[in-house]
Amino acid sequence: MDKWLQIPAVAALLKQYPFAAAYVAPVALIVIKILALVVPLLVIMAYLTYAERKVLGAIQLRQGPMMVGPYGLLQAFADGIKLFSKETIIPSGADKTLFLIAPMITFALSLVAWAVIPVGQGLVLANINVGMLYLFAISSLGVYGIIVAGWASNSRYAFLGGLRSAAQMISYEVSMGFVIVAVTLATGSLNMTEIVTAHRPGWVTALLFPMFVIYVISALAETNRAPFDLPEGESELVGGYNVEYSAMTFALFFLGEYLNMILLSGTATILFLGGWLPPFGISALAFVPGVLWFALKVCFVLFIFLWARGTLPRYRYDQLMRLGWKVFLPFTLVWVVVVAGALLYNHALPGM
Amino acid sequence: MSATKTVRSFFLIELIKGFALTFSYMFRKSVTINYPFEKGPISPRFRGEHALRRYPNGEERCIACKLCEAICPAQAITIEAEPREDGSRRTTRYDIDMTKCIYCGLCQEACPVDAIVEGPNFEYATETHEELLYDKERLLANGDRWESQIAATLEADKKYR
Repeated sequence: MDKWLQIPAVAALLKQYPFAAAYVAPVALIVIKILALVVPLLVIMAYLTYAERKVLGAIQLRQGPMMVGPYGLLQAFADGIKLFSKETIIPSGADKTLFLIAPMITFALSLVAWAVIPVGQGLVLANINVGMLYLFAISSLGVYGIIVAGWASNSRYAFLGGLRSAAQMISYEVSMGFVIVAVTLATGSLNMTEIVTAHRPGWVTALLFPMFVIYVISALAETNRAPFDLPEGESELVGGYNVEYSAMTFALFFLGEYLNMILLSGTATILFLGGWLPPFGISALAFVPGVLWFALKVCFVLFIFLWARGTLPRYRYDQLMRLGWKVFLPFTLVWVVVVAGALLYNHALPGM
Repeated sequence: MSATKTVRSFFLIELIKGFALTFSYMFRKSVTINYPFEKGPISPRFRGEHALRRYPNGEERCIACKLCEAICPAQAITIEAEPREDGSRRTTRYDIDMTKCIYCGLCQEACPVDAIVEGPNFEYATETHEELLYDKERLLANGDRWESQIAATLEADKKYR
C-alpha cells in the first residue's frame, strides 16, 4: 500500500504537508482502493440482474429485456433510476428504526465481506490470516438483516419469510462449514490468498469436487435463491421478508442479494477453482491477467446460479430442511474424514 | 430404495439431465418477437379496427341499409340516414362505440356492399374513452388510410367466401 506514497513526485509533495502525509494520504489511499473494488462490483451487480433476465428468457424461449438501450443493455440502470425516484413507504405498524436499518445491514454486510476476497495476485484490501473465517462470520451475520426486516415490518408474511430465511441460512451454514474445513485441510490455511496459491489441479482438487457441488447448492440456499427461495416464496408468502419494502429500502435488499451471489461465487472460485490462476493449471494461459480469469470463473459459477433458477422448481420447506440436515450434513462430515484420510495416507497434509 | 436408484440420486443424474435440457433450450430460437419493432403475421380474416370504404371514384360505399346496425349484437353501431340532393340514400351519421364493440365481424358479414369492414389495424389504444367513440368522419378516414391493405385482405379471402 505504501508503494504508491513512495512515488518520488507524491513523496516530495507529501514532505511539504506533514499533516497530509500522516493522516489524509493513507485514508485517501484506502478510500480509493475501496472505491476501485466497490464501483466495478456495483456495475457487475447491475449487469448480473440483466444477465439473469436474459438467461431466464433464453431458457424459457423468450427474448428478455430488449427495449432500454441496444439489446436492453441499459435496463438495469433504468430499473435503478425507477427505484431511486420512488417513495419509501413505512408501514404505520412498523418499528421505524429497525425497518430502515435492516436493508442497510444486508447491503453493508454483502459489501464488507469483499474486503478479504483476492481478485488477483496481491489485489486484496485486507490480506488477513483468518480470511475464510471472517467471510464465514460475515455471511452468518447476513441473517440479521433479513430477520430484522421480517420482524420490523410487523406483517405476518414478512415475519414468516424472515423466520424461514433464518432457519434456512443457519442449516446450510453447517454443511458449508464442513466444506470449508475440508478445503482448509487440503490447503493448510484460512488466508484466502494462500488458499488460491496452494491450489494445484490434481487428485486433491478432484477429491474436493463433491464439496464444490455441495458448496454451490448451499450457496443457493444461503443467498435465498431458487430453488431455495422460500423466504420470499411469492406463491404463499407474497414477497416474504421484503413485502413491506419499497423504493430504495427494497433496492438495498435487492443489491444485497445479488452482491451475496457474486460474493459466494467468488468464494467458490477461490476455494475450488483456483481463483485468479489460469484454469486447469495451463501455464500457457497465464498471459491473460489474473483478474480476468477470476472474473470468468465467477461468471461461470454465477451462470450456475441463474441456470438453476431456470431449471428447478421451488423446494418445499420440509424438503429443504431434510436436504440440509439429513443429506448434506452427514455427507460433508463423511467427506471431511475421507479427504483427511486421503491426505494423511499420501503424506499430502500441509505442514507435515 | 433400490441400489440403482440410490446411485442415480447420489450422482444427481436427474438433476444433470434437467440442467442439460434447459441448457439446450438456451440455444433454440426464441418464440417471442421484439413487438413494437417486429410484428407477428396477421390472417386476412383478422378483425381489427373498423373502417368505412369508398369506391375508386371517391363515392362512399355505404348505402345506409342499416343491416350492420341491426345485426350488431353489442348494439355498438348507430346510423341515421336521409336521401341526398342527387336522390341517393346515404348516412348522415355513422357512429361505432369501439368500447361496446365485441369485434365479432358480423357487421362486415352483413354489409351487402363491403362498406364497413374490420381492417388489420389493432394499435389504436387511446387514453380516454371519448376517443374510442368513432364517428363517420373517423371511419371514412380509416378507410382511406387502410384501403390498400383492406383490399388486399378481402382479395386474399375471396375464394373462401
